[in-house]
Order: sequence, then C-alpha cells, then structure tokens
Amino acid sequence: MANIAALRCKECSREYPVGAFNVCDFCFGPLEVVYDLEAIAQVTSRDKITSGPLSLWRYADFLPADYNAQIDINAGFTPLIRSSGLAKKLGLDELWIKNDSVNPSYSFKDRVVAVATAKALELGFETIACASTGNLACSVAAHASRAGIKAYVFIPSDLEKGKVLGAAIYNPTMVAIDGSYDDVNRLCSELADQYPWAFVNINVRPFYADGSKTLGYEVAEQLGWRAPEHAVAPSASGAMFTKIYQGLKEFEQVGIIGNVHTKMHCAQARGCSPIATAYEEGRLVIRPVKPATIAKSLGIGNPADGYYALKTIEASNGSAVIAEENEVADGIKLLAETEGIFTEGAGGVAIAGLKRLVERGTIKKNESTVVYITGNGLKTTEIVEDVVNPIHIDATVTAFEESLGLKA
Amino acid sequence: MSPLKRVRFTFLDRLIKEPVIYRMSHDFNVITNIRRADVQEGVGWVILELEGEILEIERSLEWVRSIGVRVDPTLGDLVEP
Ligand SMILES: Cc1ncc(COP(=O)(O)O)c(C=O)c1O
Ligand SMILES: [Zn+2]
Repeated sequence: MANIAALRCKECSREYPVGAFNVCDFCFGPLEVVYDLEAIAQVTSRDKITSGPLSLWRYADFLPADYNAQIDINAGFTPLIRSSGLAKKLGLDELWIKNDSVNPSYSFKDRVVAVATAKALELGFETIACASTGNLACSVAAHASRAGIKAYVFIPSDLEKGKVLGAAIYNPTMVAIDGSYDDVNRLCSELADQYPWAFVNINVRPFYADGSKTLGYEVAEQLGWRAPEHAVAPSASGAMFTKIYQGLKEFEQVGIIGNVHTKMHCAQARGCSPIATAYEEGRLVIRPVKPATIAKSLGIGNPADGYYALKTIEASNGSAVIAEENEVADGIKLLAETEGIFTEGAGGVAIAGLKRLVERGTIKKNESTVVYITGNGLKTTEIVEDVVNPIHIDATVTAFEESLGLKA
Repeated sequence: MSPLKRVRFTFLDRLIKEPVIYRMSHDFNVITNIRRADVQEGVGWVILELEGEILEIERSLEWVRSIGVRVDPTLGDLVEP
C-alpha cells in the first residue's frame, strides 16, 4: 500500500491525492491508481508471494489497500484446472480453466469488493453500497456482514426473486426501485454524490477495479510463473478484462515473470455486445446499447471501461468475440459435461467465445490458453432448466432395467 | 450556482454534422461546456457539462434525444450486474 503514489486521470494524466474520487474534475475522465512499480519490485518476490495467505491478499504489495482481517472472507486464490475433456473436444493441447465461480459469494466480484471494502475502511467509511442486479450485490452484502458495517444495496424492482436472495441472505438494507433502468442509474449517481457512503463501483471505483488485477497475478503464479499465450474473459463494463492484462504486465515489469505475450480475447453475448461490436467494426468508439441478453451478468449497455478494453485488445494483439444467445446455455452445459464445473451465463459466453476463437483459427492447437469462469451456475438455473429430465420408474429392478435396456 | 449535469452524447452518421450543441445553448437557457470529444467516421461522442435550471436542462435533453442523439451518463452504467 505504501506503493501507491496517487490517483491519475486516464485521459489527461492530471494527478489527484489518494481518496474517494473517481472522476477527473477537469476532463471528466476516469481516475486510476498509480503504482510505484520500482518500490514494489524492491519488496516483492516469488517466495514472498508463495508464503502469503491463500487468498488474493498474497498479492497485497500490488494492491491499493492493506490486508484487513476484518473484511476478509477469503476472496481469490481459486483453482486453475488443466482441462482434459473440454480441451480434447476443442482440439487444444493446453487449456486451463480459471474457476472463479467458487469465491465466497460465488463470483469474481469478491475480488473487487474485497479491495474496495478494505480501502473504504481505510478512508474512514462506515457504509458500503452498490446498485446491482446480481453478483455485485451478493458480494457487497457478504463483505459488509463480515466487516460488521452497513450495506445499502439498490436493485431494480422487477428483478427475479432468485437473484435477490443471494444478496438478501446477508441482510443488507435492500432498496428496490420502481422505474426504468436509466432512472436507477440516475438515482444512484445522485445518492453517491450526497451520502457519505463508499459506492464500490462509483466513488471508490479506482481501488475496486484493481482487485481484478489478481486474476492476472494468480494465473501467472498457478501456471508456474508464466503468462499464457491466450486469455479469454467475459466482459460487461470491461474493467475485469482490462485489469487481468494490467496484472500480467505488472508482473512482467517487476520481474516476477518473463515477457508477456498474452493475447487478450473479450467475450460478449449478442444481446449486449457494445465492446465486441466496436471491435468488429474497427472502432475505438463504443455505441451504447440496450442490454437484452440471457447472460444477465454481462448486461451493461454503456460500459465504463469499454474504451480501455478495446485498447487492451489492441495492445495485446487480441480480439473480441460474440456468442450467439442460443450458444450461452450450450456453453454452460459443455463446461459442466466435460469438466464438472457449473457456471452461469457469463461462463457460458466465455466457453462459447472460446469455441468460436478456436474455430476461427485465432487460438491454435498448441497455444496455451486460459479461459476465465467468473460466476456460479446455481445463481442462474433458469437458463438451463431443460437439463432436468429424470427417468421416472416404479421402485422395482425390472422397471429400472426395462427403462434403460440393462440386464444384471 | 445553477445545477450542473454531466452527460455524454453519442452521434451517429448524419447527426455528426449537425450543430446540436450550438442549437441546444441557443434554443434553451442552458450553458454548455465541452470537456472531451472524439469524432470518427460514422460515430462520435462528446462529454459535456450543462448548467441551468434542472427543468430547462431536462427539456433541452428531451430535444437532443428527439433528434436522435443518444444521451448517457458520462461514467457509464452505475448499476452493475
Ligand atoms: C460473473 C460475471 N462475469 C463477468 C462480469 C463482467 O465484469 P466487468 O463488468 O468487469 O466487465 C460480471 C459483472 O459485471 C459478472 O458478474
Ligand atoms: Zn482528466
């Protein structure tokens, strides 16, 4: 934490002191945390990381907040699994699955919220908040419970019940808002201006976003201190995608790993693909869209980091890929059937995107590839309800054998 | 001081050539202050701050939308999935 120097505008490079601000007063550009990588290089090492906690806090030297046991629900350090079944099916020699669906509140959002909450406490906040339709709300509510602080979670009132439960169980103050999506957005920006709360993805966003750098560090460590040739990740705001690459590049810059040549591939679903569409059209300008996708956790129509995701694609020689809506459920099932991992819509998009990248020849057979599975299937069971198809029989051996054509 | 509002306009195709911001400040009692912009072939955006009475700002934005310009929050969506 001693290693963070300032906040800096990503557009005009003006610097600001470290605090709860996310926008440049001058050009309204987003702020990001500036690290003193030379100072970090002095204190970090592979040994130090390896002997650290089995959570994202093993990378504390690279994070903008100090470890704080008060907020710790053990986010991060999730399994990286060498694929066999899926790799064979896709014809890849070296495919790895980063299973971030097994975080404490069942999505990668625990990484960003852990860092945002630790920073919020450092900055003196006693309440954390967010507006969310799913994973973010779950994580904010869970971290607030652990920390013993208040959480305000704003949701659109027409949300499905199942989505709300995963957050409500932690007993935050949950506010359901009547009105359009734009109304909810507007209200939250007004509240963030007026209340002394840390809105994790608004006023403490620069710190929040950097929690996702650990998805880069962790994969590099788990691969035996190297970066893969390809990484495929699902995107909504584009923040996680951008930060995975920043994490890999920082490891390179401080000498923890060798040269990084990872091509970053951003996967979105047809019904909400502003980043991938801009990529396909060869532009760096995002046209906002109205989200209409089955992969609801990727439903951001006006992505805050869309432009930076496009720059990451450009810098890494990567690409973007669109999963058709009907491929999302197929992707979820394919991962479950070949690897025993049950992911949600975002993971279905990542798997469908990976498949397309292989078919296109963008990812070649012998190139090492990591696919990021960022959320858990038990939160979006409605997408794959049709798999429930048991064979109904009477409780006799004969009925069992007849129905399956078996004979003992 | 009058209320301020930050917005992002996205223009497509023919609208890029229209003097939308000039007409906005001319036809409504709203001061426009451009902070950042990018215009490319076929699409462009402008981030600006508007100053005026809230109702007048809303009326001016209604008009901007009515001619086909997209109006969004400058920070992107604040509701995250
Ligand atoms: C499961 C899951 N995966 C991916 C994302 C996309 O993250 P980002 O908004 O950083 O692009 C989200 C949330 O937005 C999510 O909930
Ligand atoms: Zn700036």
